[in-house]
Amino acid sequence: MSPDLAFLVEVVVGGLLSGVMYALVAIGFVLIYKTSGVLNFAQGAMVLFAALTFVSLVERGLPFPAALAATLAVMVVVGLTIERTVLRPLVNQPPITLFMATLGVAYVIEGAAQLAWGTQVHALDLGIDDTPFDVAGVLVSRFDLFAAALAGLMVAGLTLFFRFTRTGLAFRAVADDPLAALNAGLRLPRIWSAVWIASGLVALVAGLLWGARLGVQFSLSLVVLKALPVLVLGGFDSIAGAIVAGLIVGAAEKLAEVYLGPFIGGGIEGWIAYVAALAFLLVKPSGLFGLRSVERV
Amino acid sequence: MTDHNDVLLRVEALEAVYGGAVQALSGVDLTVRRAEIVALVGANGAGKTTLLRAISNLLPATRGQVTAGRITYDGRDVGRTRTDALVRAGLVGVLEGRHCFRALTVEENLIAGGLGRGSGRADLRADLEQVYALFPRLTQKRRLPAGLVSGGEQQMVAIGRALMGRPRLLVLDEPSMGLSPKVTAEIYRVLADLNRRQGLTLLIAEQSVTLALRHAHRSVVLENGRSVLEGGAETLRSRDDIKQYYLGPRAGAPAPERQPA
Repeated sequence: MSPDLAFLVEVVVGGLLSGVMYALVAIGFVLIYKTSGVLNFAQGAMVLFAALTFVSLVERGLPFPAALAATLAVMVVVGLTIERTVLRPLVNQPPITLFMATLGVAYVIEGAAQLAWGTQVHALDLGIDDTPFDVAGVLVSRFDLFAAALAGLMVAGLTLFFRFTRTGLAFRAVADDPLAALNAGLRLPRIWSAVWIASGLVALVAGLLWGARLGVQFSLSLVVLKALPVLVLGGFDSIAGAIVAGLIVGAAEKLAEVYLGPFIGGGIEGWIAYVAALAFLLVKPSGLFGLRSVERV
Repeated sequence: MTDHNDVLLRVEALEAVYGGAVQALSGVDLTVRRAEIVALVGANGAGKTTLLRAISNLLPATRGQVTAGRITYDGRDVGRTRTDALVRAGLVGVLEGRHCFRALTVEENLIAGGLGRGSGRADLRADLEQVYALFPRLTQKRRLPAGLVSGGEQQMVAIGRALMGRPRLLVLDEPSMGLSPKVTAEIYRVLADLNRRQGLTLLIAEQSVTLALRHAHRSVVLENGRSVLEGGAETLRSRDDIKQYYLGPRAGAPAPERQPA
């Protein structure tokens, strides 16, 4: 492999792996959007809250597994509480009302997190060193690989759950046609609760990985902004779309930074995804995989 | 005149609005007795769908609201019972326009109906076999997404899904809508059969009076959100004004002015 090609591959692989991290956050959005039509802006705050809770517990001397279990429990409670106290009373309100409500929730969670755990930046060490290693002449980050594997595992788990369990079937039914699901006697509140718990768990995984990468701090909640172009690209209601779009965005960012950066100036990584998402909106507003309605022609 | 224990569903002086303002129902009375087929007849916009949604307590989910009157199903106050609880009590609806889960397979659609009732695995199996026996055409399509089967088959899926809830009262909103006469006849044959063999009580809204009256024991006519006439199918069939309104002008009779929908 020529050095140029090896470098290209390295950039793409690095981009794809960081894209997995975007997909992780995006999946949290998709879960809730699919079943209740709510764009949960608080997903980022939940990511921050999970990471902050975990790191604070570890710093207070809790062993890793215990801290993980405790954070898991906290996230379940947070998810359930938001669903019960904010969204359920607002059921059947217009989408913009629900969105505004989650925007408010985002700030409440961020405030609560800092009130409880303070505002200083924490380092989060998951025990995986971020040393690159060599795969056929391409340097790959060990941490990125771990993150990708974890994300892959989680997605596989969710997919199996939706495909083969009764709750999963009920979830897909609600996502497909809420009125029909209600009419068939499915208990929507139960399903919403399950979905909020699931998105709390996704937030936990994302929080740990992002926290380890960036440090646990307030700006962690801004990963929602990173997830938005992914959602636009992949479609707000497709888990597969979130993954594929996450990969695309990750790779595109790195490629643009490396190959366009020298001509336009650095920092492209920060905004190229939004430009791509904007362009994509004009061509295919429902996203790559979004709202694939099954229809006879 | 009738034994009160016989009444499965009773609607009394019901009024309902949509979006807090639009008056959709303004005085509906209706009773359905056990093992009866009752046809709910009315033009487009007469309030049939609103009434049926009120009966399943679905109005709150569609930004509607019952403002006066009451509905009792088998001793329960429907307005205070959640839809899923009504389904488990045997009041199951089939929505207008079928409303299949389009991305789910035919079989998954049916299973979802069983889940609403809370069926166990053995019950699900048995109920599935029964639905396939009623609608053999669905057997070959069980693995296809419901959105890809024909309109008639989708209606069968919707009815099958409701039957998976083991209803005692099945409420259907225009099951013949958009279907060929042949498929419609097939569906009505199955429904009439269920009524005759298992004593399933049916409340069926239809625009087509001929169709409804052919199978119903009794009919209720809905006009501008009001029930204007209730009677045996025979009585209605012989009423000229009903005929003109809903069967269209016959034998040279002048076309009546249609009520605005």
